[in-house]
Amino acid sequence: MSQITPEIVAAHQLTPSEYEKILALLGREPTLTELGIFSVMWSEHCSYKSTRLHLKKLPTEGRHILQGPGENAGIIDIGDGLAIAFKIESHNHPSFIEPFQGAATGVGGILRDIFTMGARPIAILDSIRFGRLDSEKTGARNRRILEGVVAGISHYGNCIGVPTVGGECVFDESYDGNPLVNVFALGVFRHSEIFYGRALGVGNPVIYVGAKTGRDGIHGASMASAEFTETSKQKRPNVQVGDPFLEKLLLEACLEAMRLGAVVGIQDMGAAGLTSSTCEMGSRAGTGIEIELDRVPQRESNMTPYEIMLSESQERMLLVAQRGREHEVLSVFQKWGLDATEIGSVTADGMLRVKHHGTVVAEIPNRALADEAPRYNRPFSRPFREAPLRGPHVHSENLEEDLKKLLASGDICSKRWIWQQYDFQVRTNTIAGPGADAAIIRIKGTNTSVAVSLDGNGRYCALDPREGTRLIVAECCRNLSTVGALPVATTNNLNFGNPERPEIMAQIVESIEGLAEACRFFEVPVTGGNVSLYNETLGTAILPTPVVGIVGILPTAPPVASTFSREGLTVMLLGGLGSAGADELGGTQYAKVIVQSLWGRPPQLDMDYEKRVQTCVRELVRERAVECAHDLSDGGLAVALAELSFGANLIGADIHLDSELPPELLLFHEGPSRILVATGTPNRVFAAAERHGVLTLEMGTTLAGHLRIRNRGRILIDSPVRELRDIWEGALEQMLHDTVMV
Amino acid sequence: MKIGVVVFPGSNCDHDAWYAFSEVLQIPVELIWHTATSLGNVDAVILPGGFSYGDYLRCGAIAKFSPVMGAIKRFAHDGGFVLGICNGFQVLTESGLLPGALVRNKNLKFICREVPLRIETSDSPFTRQGRRGQILQIPVAHGEGCYIADERTLDQLEAEDRVVLRYVENCNGSLRDIAGILNQQRNVMGMMPHPERASDPLIGGTDGLVILQSMLAAIVERAAVSVLS
Repeated sequence: MSQITPEIVAAHQLTPSEYEKILALLGREPTLTELGIFSVMWSEHCSYKSTRLHLKKLPTEGRHILQGPGENAGIIDIGDGLAIAFKIESHNHPSFIEPFQGAATGVGGILRDIFTMGARPIAILDSIRFGRLDSEKTGARNRRILEGVVAGISHYGNCIGVPTVGGECVFDESYDGNPLVNVFALGVFRHSEIFYGRALGVGNPVIYVGAKTGRDGIHGASMASAEFTETSKQKRPNVQVGDPFLEKLLLEACLEAMRLGAVVGIQDMGAAGLTSSTCEMGSRAGTGIEIELDRVPQRESNMTPYEIMLSESQERMLLVAQRGREHEVLSVFQKWGLDATEIGSVTADGMLRVKHHGTVVAEIPNRALADEAPRYNRPFSRPFREAPLRGPHVHSENLEEDLKKLLASGDICSKRWIWQQYDFQVRTNTIAGPGADAAIIRIKGTNTSVAVSLDGNGRYCALDPREGTRLIVAECCRNLSTVGALPVATTNNLNFGNPERPEIMAQIVESIEGLAEACRFFEVPVTGGNVSLYNETLGTAILPTPVVGIVGILPTAPPVASTFSREGLTVMLLGGLGSAGADELGGTQYAKVIVQSLWGRPPQLDMDYEKRVQTCVRELVRERAVECAHDLSDGGLAVALAELSFGANLIGADIHLDSELPPELLLFHEGPSRILVATGTPNRVFAAAERHGVLTLEMGTTLAGHLRIRNRGRILIDSPVRELRDIWEGALEQMLHDTVMV
Repeated sequence: MKIGVVVFPGSNCDHDAWYAFSEVLQIPVELIWHTATSLGNVDAVILPGGFSYGDYLRCGAIAKFSPVMGAIKRFAHDGGFVLGICNGFQVLTESGLLPGALVRNKNLKFICREVPLRIETSDSPFTRQGRRGQILQIPVAHGEGCYIADERTLDQLEAEDRVVLRYVENCNGSLRDIAGILNQQRNVMGMMPHPERASDPLIGGTDGLVILQSMLAAIVERAAVSVLS
């Protein structure tokens, strides 16, 4: 009589054909524990079964790349014998169910991915998206989620002592009930200190380190692979609870243990906990692993093998040590007051063999779990799209009011309320932190710094996922170039809806192909990333939201200012005003905030031109030929000029334009390949621009306390900087406070 | 000369303090593990920022039971210079080496920002190179930095000229804008702002050097005095 009924299979989110494949691989019926193990390893979250086929299209090789996709994090060479490891991961679903712990454990998880490679984490960035704060129906909930997520990131990152140096925060209805929390982390180490998650050396001890195993987070990975329904809130026990203090100890102890030379391989227990760490380490090394669950430190009594194997309790690591030197490793963990126990050993037979009270409860080939998950070539049609091609006729009654509304809008307003809760300085490496075009972190003991930018744009991708994704890569590289960094490598977090819907799958495919094209062109190979699918609530998908994190390298130097530093500088626009039609206004912040609509197509990108603009600004910044630089993105020219004016000394500008564009487009279109600079030596800027074949406009001069923009003599904007700054600075707090009153 | 930086489990500004002294100021630094029962031959001790013992129970409440705290109390009693920064300040108040307590910021949120501070007295080993009324730009990064004490203690601190630093912009609700105080013997100081984060022109300016270099000068002077006597 079969114990595994079709209902049990379905409850594990395995399809009948997937179950058939399990039967074929095992040659027998699985035990319940084995079924649980398969279900997490073959979940979308762990196996990438819907996207793996398409992810192969991404470029993964380049001269800086030491480790591409497939390990816990990508690694690039930064010179001086040093390397950096970095990766981004989502914690979207847990952050909706329990915002504080969901976001906190998102930070904890990605940090473990970094230090498990042997790198010391030195920076965190977050890309977070929420429903609208001012929505009558869901605003209160969205505010609660935002406050919880920010508090969770702050709690974990601050306590463990890794600075949160930047990121992005966006609001849109589509994230109502499905917030996005994508966390990026980066660490540094010497080439000789790189560790891999490989269970090498038959007979070597397998050691469990860190927190005790409890019943929390069981089936977290499969939860992250299902849509939300009304009953999702009952899944709260699936969300793990984080302890940043414990992880700080784990971090220090692991790095210290790795320096002994007695650690052979190491991997964190992230999604699918003990299951994924054992079978992935075995599979990578071509070995087997045998463990006895009685030896696993447990927080609760009477845990079943199923529960122990599937628990996602946080702050745990699995490592393989050299036989005979295990006591050295164990003594380091003892010094840090951590549980460390030998729970098994490496075997030659390639099997994951799990015993409980001496009896085998699971016996599965490691490869079957880690590498032979089903792969789907899911059908795809045309990308899902609701937006019309043509939009309403746009005519502004009052351009200055429009600018103020944009400055007060969620996506554009100052995010100080958020980042002031993050320790962005600890470790004293932060040359440029939150609010800069890209974060800059110096590498002590060298003349090298790394820069990072995270970017996404769901509206562009909703109009055209391929073009939208190319624009995101261009923007991310532009942010890095604007601070003087050379973009070198990419990580990505693909946030989409249900891939079983052909029109959603089409968004995914188009977006990945756009990512591949742009990353190839800008020479920023992809070293890894994360895919988060089923971001739907009650059948409504989020905007297609690929988030791109690109790392750049630059010589360590004082940063170029991102606000006007003094009066009397010449303001110039590298790249030119650009041209845009009404169609290309449809994806912009102007369309979102002022017209309250979405239509048309994303701005047009000429990648070759974009690259030349970036090369030009990078050269100017590095040679100190410009004092200030800021890229044009959300809100276009007018918003960028305003943001440049929001320095401590409130230096604005007097701008004279000469353009035939309608003023709404001139001020607010978001055409790429444009960067504002301020300089005392405009001739140097002209000369460099000419050398690179880049249009450059001299637009005016910086001016104390006032922002004035004229086109052909007509005044479009004329406002004291302080007034604009106060609106921009106070908007987010205002939105959050309003609720407290209600 | 040698500076000791104490490392509790959960300290996370230990490395920053080490870097400021060792790399920026070129002074030898020894990291002192929390289980140490002696401080060796250091000339001053830094209790660094961070989350010692995860800030469990209360900030600094568990650290005060660390074996190293016994050694620090003896060191302080013998006149050694002790500087507690952020979590280090919290540990000093919890241990009774300084009066008062540090509680949740008034806005109930962690705050990381540069804050202008005013030097209230240069009659201390930690501000002797500054002058009264001088404004220093030094960052804070804390969730529990609101300094409180009863009125009598506050009056006494002021009467004895033991308030060393005040916030020009009181960001956390501290009573009487207090950012840093001295013990009665004036050899132990606690401050919430992070001078080690303002000791490098590339990172956060150099205003924090006033504090760190004052302490080094005091050590040098003390050594000279002891040689003469």
